[in-house]
Amino acid sequence: MAALMKHISTPLINNNPITLQILGICSALAVTTSLSTALTMSLALTVVLCLASGLISLIRNHIPSVIRLIVQITIIASLVIVIDEILQAYAFQISRQLSIFVGLIVTNCLVLGRAEAFAMRNPVVPSILDGLGNGLGYSLILIIVGSIRELLGAGTLLNYVVLTPVSEGGWFEPLGLMQLAPSAFFIIGLLIWLIRTFWTQQKEAVKFELRTRSVRS
Amino acid sequence: MLNPIEGWRGFLARDNDDRVKAYGVAVLVAFVCAIVISTASVMLRPMQEAHLEAERQARMEAMLDTLPSMRSIMQEAGVDTLETRLVDLASGTFVSDIDPDSYDAQAALNDPEQSVAIPTEADVAGLQRRALYAPVYLLESDGELLLVVLPVSGVGYQSTLRAMLALEADLNTVAALTIIEQGETAGLGARIEDADWQAQWQGKQIADGSGEIVISVVRGQAAGPFEVDGISGASRTGNGVANMLRYWLGDHGFGPFLNRLQQEGL
Repeated sequence: MAALMKHISTPLINNNPITLQILGICSALAVTTSLSTALTMSLALTVVLCLASGLISLIRNHIPSVIRLIVQITIIASLVIVIDEILQAYAFQISRQLSIFVGLIVTNCLVLGRAEAFAMRNPVVPSILDGLGNGLGYSLILIIVGSIRELLGAGTLLNYVVLTPVSEGGWFEPLGLMQLAPSAFFIIGLLIWLIRTFWTQQKEAVKFELRTRSVRS
Repeated sequence: MLNPIEGWRGFLARDNDDRVKAYGVAVLVAFVCAIVISTASVMLRPMQEAHLEAERQARMEAMLDTLPSMRSIMQEAGVDTLETRLVDLASGTFVSDIDPDSYDAQAALNDPEQSVAIPTEADVAGLQRRALYAPVYLLESDGELLLVVLPVSGVGYQSTLRAMLALEADLNTVAALTIIEQGETAGLGARIEDADWQAQWQGKQIADGSGEIVISVVRGQAAGPFEVDGISGASRTGNGVANMLRYWLGDHGFGPFLNRLQQEGL
């Protein structure tokens, strides 16, 4: 049981798909302008990842290796289309805000990466848990980034006013930069720094040392 | 004798590098995925369309809000929404035996009985077919027409554009153009949805003195009442919008209806 739980807990920080594997950055930049879109995207990706890992693991022994990537992509893409249709039917406004990014879950390296690296070689239950763990790891970062960007960029959280902006008689001056994509890079960069300060084993060895001595003449 | 269960076991037992297995797995996965997607799509379609319809309504309301003084005119006329009428496009007359609220223009377009092929030479908007009847939205006060809103559609660069065109009482001056559906390139053609771009249309003239439709979307600086600034990098989308208006205001579109309004009034 503890071994199974490890599949969920490791990807949260120790092997986080965004901050350590640096996968799925594109959507992490695009959908984190507010917490609600970040939450919906997290949910959609986690569901797709769990189902895709489970299904691919289920038929893993019968996927010919020559067409394995196509089979994986077909399964992932179908799941994504179904999720997109469901969002359009039940959460129309949010699906408008997420626009093409739900569709782009297909191209999210995270989903294909887990399918190829884990689900193709492991039984169904660990694969689903691995998908869930990675989905939650992705969600964790998206939620942190989304919260910071919405709070500092608009002074709200889930559309509730937390910091009253100057324009409405408060003291808070919204940071326009936080609503733009580069701020997500800054926040993710700072998070990686923070995580590597406390989890020092994530630090990579220095590959290229700067020369300090001058060249001998 | 071919036993299906035996056959299935035999298929699964085949080596994964076997060609039959590769084709078989590919076909099976594609088939199952196709079934799942089609089912989801068909079952969820009514709910999605209800949302789209609500959004269309909201945009119509928003368009009315962008027209200066339109709300106050409506208040004076004592109406809070536009009157919907069905028009027989070929004759330009109102259709009275169908309830406009229950008329589904999209379904009519797909029904060969209720639609007609557009002759190639007239098909500037690239639509190929159009429904026999189309809804129009009218605003009148004491029998005098103030505004007519026409639903128009046409092919842009990579998607079908749908828009609402509001014409002033002279039936030649654009009161507003609102794009309600498009799937053009994000950041380029998709900017036809921007309020700034759509605002340019206000006050433009459709046809010149001789009655010929001359409105166009131009590259660079628009000059005069018949030209609208295009979006750089999206000339085909801009042309699509212009062609859409040329088709729908022309003889095969709302032309007969507009002529009749001009000559006979409501």
